[in-house]
Amino acid sequence: MHMHPAKRVEIIIESVMEGHLTEALVDAGVTGFTVVPVSGGSGRSGHWTREGQVSRAGGMVMFICLLLPDRLETLLDAVFPVLNRHIGVLNITDTHILRADRF
Amino acid sequence: MDGILALAQQNLFSPIVLSFVLGLAAALVRSDLNIPEAIAKGMSVYLLFAIGFKGGANVSGHGADLELALALLAGVILSAALPFVAFGMLRLLTRLSVVDAAAVAAHYGSISIVTFVAASTILDSQGIGYEGYMVAVAAAMEAPAILTALWLISRAQPDSRQQDGHLWREVMLNGSIVLLVGAFLIGWITGEDGKRQIDPFITAPFHGILCLFLLDMGLVAGRGLHKAQRVVSAGALTFGVIMPLVGSLFGLLAGLALGLSLGGVTLLMVLAASASYIAVPAAMRVALPEANPAVYLTLSLCITFPFNLLLGIPLYTAAAALVVAG
Repeated sequence: MHMHPAKRVEIIIESVMEGHLTEALVDAGVTGFTVVPVSGGSGRSGHWTREGQVSRAGGMVMFICLLLPDRLETLLDAVFPVLNRHIGVLNITDTHILRADRF
Repeated sequence: MDGILALAQQNLFSPIVLSFVLGLAAALVRSDLNIPEAIAKGMSVYLLFAIGFKGGANVSGHGADLELALALLAGVILSAALPFVAFGMLRLLTRLSVVDAAAVAAHYGSISIVTFVAASTILDSQGIGYEGYMVAVAAAMEAPAILTALWLISRAQPDSRQQDGHLWREVMLNGSIVLLVGAFLIGWITGEDGKRQIDPFITAPFHGILCLFLLDMGLVAGRGLHKAQRVVSAGALTFGVIMPLVGSLFGLLAGLALGLSLGGVTLLMVLAASASYIAVPAAMRVALPEANPAVYLTLSLCITFPFNLLLGIPLYTAAAALVVAG
């Protein structure tokens, strides 16, 4: 089966910024992504967990975007202004996809 | 004096306060007691709907008039003005940066709806009546403090970023505000007839659910207290206890100026004394991501909320009784 090279971009960002980032991605033409809740983790500010959060202020979500390599710059240009001042992580990995015409 | 002590004793030994203490103690001894997140969320939806609906139904009986409009205006002014006081005190008592101090100040201008629900339940149990529209005053006090905090920042840092629509959506369309105001309007529109239809749902289980919710809040506050020493200074801790007393004084003066009943004055004191830990933290993460969330969440949720619940409410009730009833 023929597979196509692609990029997988994971963005972990504060849940209050979910709407903002979604809008930025859609405006940049990146319409294929998945958002999942993050249950906890550890970073520069120490350990944190979703358990016992009474406000959305403490939560994080993860965006998973799969896209063709030539679309990567567009995505990064859209994401950077949103992520810049906020707590979050962005990482990119090489991957393969089955149906390139869908991305 | 005996009356005040009796009131304090009655408050401290009420099921809702003891449930909170149980949660707090369980967290402090690191018990694995836990309320599942979805259940806690469901309980908060129920409590907001019930308190909003009952307030609206109460107003429908008395009608909306100048008294309601003035109370709303007073709430907005209090919420907008208190962050200035809080900001000044923070700059005096702590070494917090302008951004952190403004973020904390926004929390103390806004309100804690859970403290309000607990206070109104305690007043009910003591047979002290209050104006039904105080729920609407609570909703009106959520947002103005955020504007004051942003103004304080823009004054100190003229190059600070202009806010976009996302912040205003977070502030004005926050789920708890929409639910509280929406339930209030439903109660107002449907009145006593509507209340009769759902009374068994919004009245009978209310106290029990509030107990469980406060048990969870105790767990959250207790876990936060573990980290408090690392996060906030002695000056900030002092602020977390003094600011509610200062705020309640402003609430007392506003309540007297409005001519509210004893219960109404007490609730306005509670609102002015409480600090937000739901709506404002989320708004601050959008507007001021540089501000340290550990500082403002620890102060509002782990210091001021327990203080108000355990000592503040009986103190405000007694002070209001002394001034209003003589």
